[in-house]
Amino acid sequence: MLHTVNKSPFETNSLETCLGLAKSGSDILLIEDGVYAATVGTTVSVRIEETMKSSRVYALAPDLKARGIRPDQVIVGVQLVGYDGFVELSVTNETVQCWL
Amino acid sequence: MYVNRRAPHGTIYALEGLEVVLIGAAFDQDVCMVFIGDGVFQLKKGQDTSDSDIKNFSPTYRALGDYDVNRLYVERESLEDRGLAGGDLMELTWEDEDDDWNEKPSIQLVSRQELSDLMEAQDVILNF
Amino acid sequence: MKFSIMVNEGPYTHQASDTAFNFTRAALEAGHEIFRIFFYHDGVNNGTRMTTPPQDDRHVVNRWSELAEQHGLDMVVCVAAAQRRGILDADEAKRNGKDGDNIAPGFRISGLGQLIEAGIEADRLLVFGD
Repeated sequence: MLHTVNKSPFETNSLETCLGLAKSGSDILLIEDGVYAATVGTTVSVRIEETMKSSRVYALAPDLKARGIRPDQVIVGVQLVGYDGFVELSVTNETVQCWL
Repeated sequence: MYVNRRAPHGTIYALEGLEVVLIGAAFDQDVCMVFIGDGVFQLKKGQDTSDSDIKNFSPTYRALGDYDVNRLYVERESLEDRGLAGGDLMELTWEDEDDDWNEKPSIQLVSRQELSDLMEAQDVILNF
Repeated sequence: MKFSIMVNEGPYTHQASDTAFNFTRAALEAGHEIFRIFFYHDGVNNGTRMTTPPQDDRHVVNRWSELAEQHGLDMVVCVAAAQRRGILDADEAKRNGKDGDNIAPGFRISGLGQLIEAGIEADRLLVFGD
């Protein structure tokens, strides 16, 4: 399943709820304010790193760029995709769960 | 699957989400509702909006059983985090025509793990 | 592949409408079909032609109208949500005794059944909101 998360993990529990319910082998795409979860050195960075042991984590590049987050500030292993990649992820997964 | 994560009244998502479920019931699909996080507050009994002058739509949940929406999954962990138990929720029921029209509870408390399995099996998931 | 898109928030206040728009455009560019775009909750506010955003910013409403025209998209604004928030076409205005309408080109007002159908008919349904 593709899970998208659009909220900052410091604002609400959407990311935590998503990660608590997503199965191993999921694709997790951070979009909009959700991309803040992809940055290094935060209280959730370790959670993201743990998640990457069993699922794939992506971040929407235009949203990172909009927020001034440079590639070197992104957790290693988080894959950056554009909107075309977002579309592709929604094609390759049978279902999309858009966490709000 | 309709995913409800927000408390009632503070925002319109619970009310308008319920409207989708009721309309959707006419389409003969296999549906369920899931209440996670603050969504569990939507089912709390005793809601009274008379002093706030806003709509009390909580009685509408009672109609779900009549519309064949009889699988309301409430995440146990979310309830516990909020100091609630099954007894704090409205008693919502449905009548099982395959079992002599016996009245059965629509709300099922499920663990996060069970919810995860349920979610994985869905074709379409709507978040409000 | 056939997509349905649900937009739950209005223009500018949330990024939802922008993300939905960018996704829709990318899906069309990749050769996919958009079955329907359904606007619900405050998303109905994407359907008013009365907005005047600053000149140096994107025009969210017009952008949707133009994309719809270019690709023959079906953009539906939920009637119940629209009535609550004052988005109307000429028929709704007449039916409800209002002195004007404000629906933008390319949008049509219809019931929640269109959302359910959108979920059933499409291969994928994505929700953009708050």
